[in-house]
Amino acid sequence: MVEFGRGRTLDIDMRTHFTFFTIAATALLSVVAAAQNLPWNNPGGVQGLAAPQTGPTAPAPKRDLSGIWDAGGAGIGARGMPAAPLTPWGDALGKTHHSGDGARMVPAPDINDPLSTMGDPSGFPRNLLFELRPFQVVHTPNQVLMLYMFEKRWRVIWTDGRQLPKDPDPRWYGYSVGRWEDDYTFVVNSVGTDERTWLDNAGNPHSNDLKVEERYRRVGRDLMELTVTLDDPKTYTRPWVARDKLQLRLLPPDTDLMEMIPSATEAAAVKKIYAGEK
Amino acid sequence: MKAKLLGVFLTAAGLLVASTPSFAHHGTASFDTTRDLTLKGTVTDWIWANPHCFLKFDAMDETGTVRNWAVEVSNPTDMTKRGWARGSFKAGDQVNVNLQPVKNGAPIGRLRTVTLPDGSTLSAGGPAPAAAALPQ
Amino acid sequence: MVRITTIVACAAALLLPGASRAQQWNSAGLEQSAIDASKTKSAPPPRRDLTGIWDAGGSGIAGPGHQSAPWTQWGQQKASAYKPGNGPRAVYEADINDPLSTVCDPAGFPRLVLYETRPFQVVQTPNQVLILYMFEKRWRVIGTDGRALPKDPDPRWYGYSVGHWEDDFTFVVQTVGMDERTWLDNAGNPHSGELKVEERYYRVNRDRMELTVTIDDAKTFTKPWLGRDKMPLTRAPANMDVMEMICSPTEVMDFRKNISDRTDKK
Repeated sequence: MVEFGRGRTLDIDMRTHFTFFTIAATALLSVVAAAQNLPWNNPGGVQGLAAPQTGPTAPAPKRDLSGIWDAGGAGIGARGMPAAPLTPWGDALGKTHHSGDGARMVPAPDINDPLSTMGDPSGFPRNLLFELRPFQVVHTPNQVLMLYMFEKRWRVIWTDGRQLPKDPDPRWYGYSVGRWEDDYTFVVNSVGTDERTWLDNAGNPHSNDLKVEERYRRVGRDLMELTVTLDDPKTYTRPWVARDKLQLRLLPPDTDLMEMIPSATEAAAVKKIYAGEK
Repeated sequence: MKAKLLGVFLTAAGLLVASTPSFAHHGTASFDTTRDLTLKGTVTDWIWANPHCFLKFDAMDETGTVRNWAVEVSNPTDMTKRGWARGSFKAGDQVNVNLQPVKNGAPIGRLRTVTLPDGSTLSAGGPAPAAAALPQ
Repeated sequence: MVRITTIVACAAALLLPGASRAQQWNSAGLEQSAIDASKTKSAPPPRRDLTGIWDAGGSGIAGPGHQSAPWTQWGQQKASAYKPGNGPRAVYEADINDPLSTVCDPAGFPRLVLYETRPFQVVQTPNQVLILYMFEKRWRVIGTDGRALPKDPDPRWYGYSVGHWEDDFTFVVQTVGMDERTWLDNAGNPHSGELKVEERYYRVNRDRMELTVTIDDAKTFTKPWLGRDKMPLTRAPANMDVMEMICSPTEVMDFRKNISDRTDKK
């Protein structure tokens, strides 16, 4: 019996192939947790390992987010986020999203989540609000690069002072620029996200006009906090905070993140399994 | 200066393709490479997506009826380099499309050039036209 | 009739030197002139350093695939089930069964370096070389901390990679554990789970690198062969914003419904 992020349980053959879709991987992680120290295939911390440390941690380096960061179980966000009230436009769009969990949850065969049923890109900011698995941050002279375990996608945050594009052609993962607000707080602004993506796993909607602010605060050498604010007046009556000081712990630098890539073929196979339930 | 302008002119017309080739994931097996058609029609859809952007338009063709044609170009990345954009067309636009049709007679093809309502031309940068003449 | 403003826009964006600096967003891909210039006008290569954004230009695409070594019987059988869209065994669009182009399954490795090798960025950390690809927007880790490749690895779409510097200008990468479901290239060359891939990145000068890829899969091919042979890569400006090039299964299905599935032989 395995528990899915869909809020349902289903008997399923345990698959040894680690690139099976999210739902199976969630279960497999608890199996390999004990293998945390292997050189290969570390899934990151699970519940418990992300518990707060006692005693002082080493001080935070200045203007430096580099490393592999892990939100543990808190990163998954299976039930979605408590959103601000919807505008009529937002409400109409939201009603077309039939999710596997959270407020718009439907029976499995009726789910129409493009990520889980089709293998479409998760997109941004959903990749911060759902299945936020470990990610690596790398600095270059003009960028902060975010390298995500989930989907094995990467994002550029430009730090060369460029303006965000006006009227951008929508991207699955938007367009991002960032700057240091002080030596420990890195602020990112993003626009141009594609409204075909869901905001989170509860099917919360967004428009192409969505503006996202991420605040990464390096609290100590091993701890960072992420706050994500969404500003989309077309969809919501006010801005709202989707991640509020989400705790991220630094993993050892030799951590080899497992591959976690949804494949359309596998998503279709799962869909078939669920369809058999009807 | 003259040579550079000429290069610009030809690039704009798509006759000197400096960038990557299109239609990489499939070749020409489905297409009748000996024919090209020019159809006048009305845009119904413009899809800006991987693996191919494609334009749908209603046009009277050699069947004597109006059919809805679907013609592909390359992916958004390649097309952006050629001056195309997500907003290049909207439903209702009157267009003149030069295309290479498929072999089986369906209203499908590969778009070569399209003239927009304002008189400008976009080129897909795909197969070379039969006669590489400079635009007038 | 080509509009003058279109010409001017093209000139500004494409042909003037340093034009890519003026175009900050969506600036994927160097023009051929910049690629040609890297052959001759450059500075000496830095040591043990591949960092930067690299562009293979048109040669990266490899639509018709690659000339492989002869197949084994196993390889022949596997290949006969593949119906590619291009190359010597190309079929009609409606009959293609390429998991990448018809379904949007991951391209996988080494197909990522043998097909649609679009610009990619290399960054180096103390224990890794990271390659960030425009195509699919995927990233790969090459472990340089001296770890051994895993024995009997669970397959990954993109394998497991380790690398080392053979000399100050040659970085050699070994990869194992690649998923058999992926095609090697766009011509429908198959591979087995036993495939071993070697990449050699040779830094020629400051602006140029050459990539050689050796395919070693005794189960599928009678001998090793080169998938890329000193493929030239030119360094792009550091502010190049590669466009997003991500396959969405929904979009592919829409394309098939409208176009490719309707092109079949009557």
